[in-house]
Amino acid sequence: MSEEGYLDMELLRFSTAGSVDDGKSTLIGRLLYDSKSIFQDQMEAIEEASKRKGEENVNLALLTDGLRSEREQGITIDVAYRYFATPKRKFIIADTPGHIQYTRNMVTGSSTANLAIILVDARHGVVEQTKRHSFIASLLQIPHIVYCINKMDLVDYKEEAYDKVRAELEAFSSKLDTKDVRFIPLSALLGDNVVDRSSQMDWYGGPTLMYLLETIHIGSDHNHVDRRFPIQHVIRPQTKEYHDYRGYAGRIAGGVFKPGDDVMVLPSGFSSKIKSIDTLDGQLEEAFAPMSVTMTLEDDIDISRGDMLVRETNAPEATQDIDIMLCWMNKNPLLPNGKYAVKHTSKDVRCIVKEIQYKVDVNTLHRVDDNKEINMNDIARVKLRTTAPLFIDKYNRNRMTGSLILIDEATNETVAAGMII
Amino acid sequence: MQSYNLSHLKELEAESIYVIREVAAQFEKPALLFSGGKDSIVCFHLARKAFFPAKVPFPLVHVDTGHNFQETIEFRDKLVEKYSANLIVGSVQQSIDEGKSIEEKGFNASRNGLQTATLLETIENNKFDACMGGARRDEEKARAKERFFSHRDDFGQWDPKNQRPEIWNIFNGKKNFGETFRIFPISNWTEMDIWQYILQEKIELPSIYFAHQREVFTRDEVIYGKTNFINMKPDETTEMKQVRFRTIGDASCTGAVESSADSLEKIIEEVAATRTTERGTRADDKRSEAAMEDRKKQGYF
Repeated sequence: MSEEGYLDMELLRFSTAGSVDDGKSTLIGRLLYDSKSIFQDQMEAIEEASKRKGEENVNLALLTDGLRSEREQGITIDVAYRYFATPKRKFIIADTPGHIQYTRNMVTGSSTANLAIILVDARHGVVEQTKRHSFIASLLQIPHIVYCINKMDLVDYKEEAYDKVRAELEAFSSKLDTKDVRFIPLSALLGDNVVDRSSQMDWYGGPTLMYLLETIHIGSDHNHVDRRFPIQHVIRPQTKEYHDYRGYAGRIAGGVFKPGDDVMVLPSGFSSKIKSIDTLDGQLEEAFAPMSVTMTLEDDIDISRGDMLVRETNAPEATQDIDIMLCWMNKNPLLPNGKYAVKHTSKDVRCIVKEIQYKVDVNTLHRVDDNKEINMNDIARVKLRTTAPLFIDKYNRNRMTGSLILIDEATNETVAAGMII
Repeated sequence: MQSYNLSHLKELEAESIYVIREVAAQFEKPALLFSGGKDSIVCFHLARKAFFPAKVPFPLVHVDTGHNFQETIEFRDKLVEKYSANLIVGSVQQSIDEGKSIEEKGFNASRNGLQTATLLETIENNKFDACMGGARRDEEKARAKERFFSHRDDFGQWDPKNQRPEIWNIFNGKKNFGETFRIFPISNWTEMDIWQYILQEKIELPSIYFAHQREVFTRDEVIYGKTNFINMKPDETTEMKQVRFRTIGDASCTGAVESSADSLEKIIEEVAATRTTERGTRADDKRSEAAMEDRKKQGYF
């Protein structure tokens, strides 16, 4: 691996989902194994564990089963993060569990992903969980979905079997709001079309999974149009050298910022110009999402955490009435008219749940109007009224300024993820 | 149209700086756990970036097992002086002297497990409400499921089945009185990322990371540096070898690797070609398949 090559790599985050026994852990094990990302001591540990369990082959799935309780049950119960790199890219896998009760983990794992891998068993085709996973991936606005039609070895690598499942998936996924959908026939167990091309499926002319992961275009996955800079922290060195220095630190959530640009401060509405963009390595000519920088302004304005720098002619909506799709993540149900703490970018407010409009049946994507009890793993459209205005974009426009979480003030637990509509 | 792409190191850096700033904003009395190892050195570097041109607004906390490599302590003190950082040392020796910890006995005795009690005590005495650490998810199985913001109950314990969901980059640091957080800004970095970043940023490291001659002995296929802290068995003998350390922990349980890598470039080459994980040289993880998980539940980093 050449040094320049490595320093110049891109980062791709992807999530993996599948129902129990779809071979998800095996697929991840295969990606790690065939890309030579498994170390000898890890390999020895799972060889040992496979032997102890009386399994004939080395069980690659054991590589990804982290916690003892999971190893005992043989299932994955929480999002686990895995890492590997090829000379082209570094990959972060959010490995999310498949069974119904852990939808919240799928939402968690999907929230920062550029791409979702959804496994489908070639023998069974689209099942309830395939729909659920696809819907969540689309709801979370993951730009690319790759359906891996797995266990092709068990259908004798037949093209007809693949075509049938693919047709089902296409019919279903056309209802979803996902820009880019791909299909790959593979066998995770035997390695066909994962890293190496299968010699068993000459009829398939598309890329292997690894090739796709290495080359898929992710450059436009961030918003570089709408200028958004939520202030995280105000930097006041109060030293002789930087006596009057006031820097606004944060992570750019959208658009491109340059010294000299006009900006408006929300909520005050004051206008100023960017004086400098400072980093330890020197001043920058421009900065864009998702960079963490510190900006100074030409004018002395009172700005604090939770405020936002934007462009006057392209400002987010400032409102206390927020329409969201939410995923409920707590064992205690959502309280109608309940009060919750809200975190949105760097801003903390409180809210009341004004109205539960409808629940979504994640298997049919139909609205459910007659049952409004929101329990763990439910997805619902809800209206909130906040104690102070939030500066919002629609989630499908900006994943950072379009998302929020709800916190139960009694337990401090994060109870819901909200996508602004 | 111009393309706005960050390299993966720049993106990881941006994420970590964001996390560190969230800590400063959400907590009253945070601290950075500092072992003198490369991961905590990178964390400190990121903290300097996060608050520039201001100073890092929280202290460094070193849980000192008393079993250190001399080079690490010298490096730590030099760094603290250079950046006028505030250093707080929690001493395992003191916990033992006060009868709060009991020293392990035997040939494989290690103070690594004892760090937990001293750490929890240091947190309590200083009333820290958040401790940042340089743990990475790629290090070990139980860490792969760790959150950036990891909630601990008022006994400092971790409950892996009851972790708060962490969605997008919105971190929930709310807690009740007495509870604390462990925060891991470099969760998403791998060993390779760390080394590449050290090279890119020209970050200084303790000399024991680089190949050097050292008097060592071998036990259970792990190479240990000869120190006063390890009891050698009668049949064990030392020899001079060219070695370097991939991690820096308690000298009594951190193994070396034979290596001729005496520069960052060579270390990176070696890391790229190597076939064992860096914790493969850590005897503390070899005790059982779930060793790390058990220690974490009790309040280890």
